[in-house]
Amino acid sequence: MGILEVTNVNKRFGGLQALSNVNLDIPAGTVHAIIGPNGAGKSTLLNCLVGKLIPDTGTVMFDGQSVLGRKPYEINQMGISRVFQTPEIFGDLSVMENMLIPCFAKRDGVFRMHSIESIANEHEIVERAEHMLEEVNMADKKDMIASSMSRGDKRRLEMAMCLVQEPKLLLLDEPTAGMARADTNNTIGLLKEIHEKRDITMVIIEHDMHVVFSLAKRITVLAQGSPLVEDLPENIKGHPKVKEAYLGEAA
Amino acid sequence: MLGLNTRDASLFVIVVILALTAPFLLNPFPAESSLAQFNAGYPDLMQRFAIYGIFAIGFNILFGLTGYLSFGHAAFLGVGSYAAVWMFKLLNYNILPAVILSVIVGGLFALLIGYISLRRSGIYFSILTLAFAQMSFALAYSVLTPITNGETGLQVYTDDPQYLQSADAPSIPHLFGVTMRSTQDIDFGAWSFSFNAGYYVCAVMMIVMFYLSIRIFRSPFGMMLRAIKTNQTRMNYTGLNPRPYTLAAFVISGMYAGLAGGLLAAMDPLAGAERMQWTASGEVVLMTILGGAGTLLGPVLGAGFIKYFENIFSKINENVLHQWFAFLPDGLEDFLVTILYPFVGKGWHLTLGLLFMLVVIFLPGGLMEGGQRIGRIFRKREKKPEVRAKDPEHHPKPSPHVA
Ligand SMILES: Nc1ncnc2c1ncn2[C@@H]1O[C@H](COP(=O)(O)OP(=O)(O)OP(=O)(O)O)[C@@H](O)[C@H]1O
Ligand SMILES: [Mg+2]
Repeated sequence: MGILEVTNVNKRFGGLQALSNVNLDIPAGTVHAIIGPNGAGKSTLLNCLVGKLIPDTGTVMFDGQSVLGRKPYEINQMGISRVFQTPEIFGDLSVMENMLIPCFAKRDGVFRMHSIESIANEHEIVERAEHMLEEVNMADKKDMIASSMSRGDKRRLEMAMCLVQEPKLLLLDEPTAGMARADTNNTIGLLKEIHEKRDITMVIIEHDMHVVFSLAKRITVLAQGSPLVEDLPENIKGHPKVKEAYLGEAA
Repeated sequence: MLGLNTRDASLFVIVVILALTAPFLLNPFPAESSLAQFNAGYPDLMQRFAIYGIFAIGFNILFGLTGYLSFGHAAFLGVGSYAAVWMFKLLNYNILPAVILSVIVGGLFALLIGYISLRRSGIYFSILTLAFAQMSFALAYSVLTPITNGETGLQVYTDDPQYLQSADAPSIPHLFGVTMRSTQDIDFGAWSFSFNAGYYVCAVMMIVMFYLSIRIFRSPFGMMLRAIKTNQTRMNYTGLNPRPYTLAAFVISGMYAGLAGGLLAAMDPLAGAERMQWTASGEVVLMTILGGAGTLLGPVLGAGFIKYFENIFSKINENVLHQWFAFLPDGLEDFLVTILYPFVGKGWHLTLGLLFMLVVIFLPGGLMEGGQRIGRIFRKREKKPEVRAKDPEHHPKPSPHVA
């Protein structure tokens, strides 16, 4: 039994079948990649996992519990963090504050009213945030306003915000899109390191095959809402169905 | 100091000094001079500065931090006043229980309205709060007359029970025997300064409330509120529920408003429904934006500014203008008076409106941004000695600004 089990999930948008009969069983501690052409339904699938969308049919079980019908913040508290396709960060806040918020959420839960305490006195939390920023090489940017950074830095910040929560499952929607080659390699290194050190299960959506093949233990190919194949990376590379799916899109 | 960092502590000390010495600072002109009408250091107005300062500080905790723009905060001010007057009617004229009840009632009322209004955000939230406040206003005027005394306004009558009123206690609002009206006038050469007990009660409350707001701004809770303003999606996917945070901010600002309402009644034991009207709600929005929403000091400045205009500018009538320009030839005098007249006296709203427009267009950060820009200009001048002076023929391009 995997940490994440998706069974028979269907989702329609009007006349468009965005997901049809998707099944996934992801064992704990692995890195699973989902690839597929644009519009295949990859982001939609993630949305169904984090409570942004509710599938029309099917079940999504995480860690033995259903996530369906729960609010996004409840699902996050269960241990699922998500990096978005377009970075979602607190743009008006400093990088350090961006890091502090998930640290507080991790310690204090959905809501806690500490309105008089000073942040500076929360040594443990400040230290954690600083440590994570060092890990992603952003310690020098800690006083910058988040929205003033480059797209790649925003992504890295968002990833750090998710990682500092030490989720059981990390969902990454194209984590390296818009990054320079060097940054992409850094990110791959970081994710590898995190995965080895913390034993986090990861689901990665990615167009960059270099990233996919450096990280993934298994790959699912999605096309027009339904999973074509699920296999080891080396078997996916030359798979005829996969080529067809990508070429079919190009034609 | 007091759990504040050095910058906040110095800001706080400045506010304390300004508030405590206001009777001097606001009366800079000799009592008999023609400029004496610009003096704002009389008890009634000084009390208003402090009370509306409290109102705006509280409003800023909601609007400045979370970005939720309430158009109904006067409702909490109004219920605060009613609660205080009821305490005068039922207990006695001591303002302490009155003000405490105002804060509680303001908070409870905010909890009710906030709970419903915060289901929406943006313009819908604003409209909901406006609707609730107007509803409260209408109810206070009509249906709720037994509680609010309708159009006449709620006041204390001699046949009110006042169960705790002892025979020797003053029969006007007081704090343990010191009446709010008691004023010590001190003459100092041509100058005259009034030290009023009521003002000092309000000023001390404002200082305490200002201190509290600094602590809230710097707390994890304050940071969460700013996070809500920036990105609620990320907030949700970080395992935080924005709703209780916004509701808490709404209730806190409602309590500030309740306190302000209670103090208004403590200074003058009357409460009328017009205190809840939408113009009053709009006023606190103007104060906060004019001063600088989201800044610590801005709302207090904004409140002072608007109350000064309302009370001082509005008193300049045609005769006063004629006096000022009496030294000019008659034709010119009349001409200037005609031009200036619409902007002063009853036309003070026009001046304030123009000022507000200028601030919003050129200083979106309010008066505080203006202050910062001026500060920056001075700092730059100190740093950059004139380069051109050495080389008058050759004009180097100004170096690009490095932020
Ligand atoms: N909220 C929505 N309402 C209607 N249609 C939607 C919605 N979200 C996605 N879709 C449609 O569903 C299909 C799948 O979209 P999805 O974003 O999941 O694709 P994707 O695989 O993530 O593609 P990309 O690689 O471009 O990110 C697309 O055709 C998209 O237009
Ligand atoms: Mg996508």
